[in-house]
Amino acid sequence: MKYGFYPGCSLEKNAYAYNQSTMAVTKAFDIEFVEVEDWNCCGATEYIAIDLLPAYALISRNLAIAAKQQSEQLVAACSACFLNLKKADHYMGESHKLNEKINKALAAGGFNYEPGSVKVRHLLDIIYNDVGIEAIQEKIIKPLYQLKVAPYYGCLVPRPAKMGSFDSNEYPTSMDEIMRALGATVVDFPLKAACCGGHMTQISEDVALDMMRRILKNATDNRADLIVTLCPMCQFNLDAYQESVNKKFGTKYNLPILYFTQMIGLALGMSEQELGIGKELVSAKAALTNISEEPPPKPKRVRRSKEALPLPVLEEV
Amino acid sequence: MAIAATLARAPTFFDEVVNNTPGGDPHLELCLQCGTCGGSCPSGPDMDHTPRALFAMINAGMKEQVLRSNTPWYCVSCYYCMVRCPQEIKITDILYTLKRMAIKEGNYRDSTASDAPGFSETFIDFVENYGRSFEVGVAARHHLRHHPLKMVGMATGFGLDMLLKGRMDITPNRIKGLEGLQAILKKAKELGGEA
Repeated sequence: MKYGFYPGCSLEKNAYAYNQSTMAVTKAFDIEFVEVEDWNCCGATEYIAIDLLPAYALISRNLAIAAKQQSEQLVAACSACFLNLKKADHYMGESHKLNEKINKALAAGGFNYEPGSVKVRHLLDIIYNDVGIEAIQEKIIKPLYQLKVAPYYGCLVPRPAKMGSFDSNEYPTSMDEIMRALGATVVDFPLKAACCGGHMTQISEDVALDMMRRILKNATDNRADLIVTLCPMCQFNLDAYQESVNKKFGTKYNLPILYFTQMIGLALGMSEQELGIGKELVSAKAALTNISEEPPPKPKRVRRSKEALPLPVLEEV
Repeated sequence: MAIAATLARAPTFFDEVVNNTPGGDPHLELCLQCGTCGGSCPSGPDMDHTPRALFAMINAGMKEQVLRSNTPWYCVSCYYCMVRCPQEIKITDILYTLKRMAIKEGNYRDSTASDAPGFSETFIDFVENYGRSFEVGVAARHHLRHHPLKMVGMATGFGLDMLLKGRMDITPNRIKGLEGLQAILKKAKELGGEA
């Protein structure tokens, strides 16, 4: 399987562990990535807030290069990069005027882009749909038995709806399925697609910290050993600001935040170092010792107590 | 967009918002005032007006109050409102439009989120000059401009940890085709205007 690949600025440094583990895991599944040559920043959620056309022109330069390299499908691992690339392609296709103006701008740098010529997809989509659960299971050497994980999807990969999503917009389950396939125990996590606050820490730290607190609380209340994510921004916020959350709210959350590719890599028998484990600020060391060689005992079926209130019964017609 | 082409009157604030939102029709005129957006919003309680209220204000032509509110800047871009809106209004996109308009008109300076555009501007400064973003530079320059005291916190808090873990660059990376990119951005700025 061959795809175009757009790393994005975060994967260069802040989320280098995500980059490393993505490369290690995709290689194990014979996925070939052709990096967008001399790619530029997608503008994150910032450029679009300042000036519309340059923001879209900035994103489209990457699409144009990917098309030139004949990548029919372009993969991004970062949520913001993924949504920006996908949205630019989609809106250029929807609005003739926008398309015309952006192509005029691109021409100034010697590029052009025909909307629809590159299909933008997220890494999770590739691993879940193109590699598939069965192929992952076949390669497992070291199952993650008894490790309790809370898969966290954030906002930009599951939403918005109108451009076609590969999973539910509000209650996605693809990463849950992958984690279960690895042998891990997936805990209930109602806030799995809630927002980590994004760049809100720079605008109102109080608002941002409260958003992170809710997510950390929800995962801790459901007894997760760690949170698994697919986004560099979510990882950074929940990891680097966890201490600030604890300080502000008097809590004692101690949840390591790892990438889903690191979890897959562990189950495939790769070393922690190879996967960039140890780069997280809240150490995953203690949590990972919960991995057992034995699968968890099957939960016993609990019979309803006779003293419980009767359930309503539908009348037969 | 279609509305502007068929109007026989000067465009209203409502038209301006619609015409500056990219892609197809944002369906702003379809708002039922149901409040699903505000109820779904993680930062809704901290906003001056929820999106629902803001849309009624746009309809009423309250340009200054809308652009001075902190609402667009407190939008975290999570898209919950957009997937839940029964009228399929492109709420998040409209809030981005309002951010751009607030900067253009300068109203944001009076809002409770007055340094928010500064963060975005610092961010794009680096993108325009290097082609890549640069976290250390963005954070440092933003705080120097707006909250110098926070710099101390950054250096002693997780900033140092991030540096020690090798998760931050000391210098920005520059792309090879920077001149071409700058030419593209310059042209895009010239073309400007509605989407």
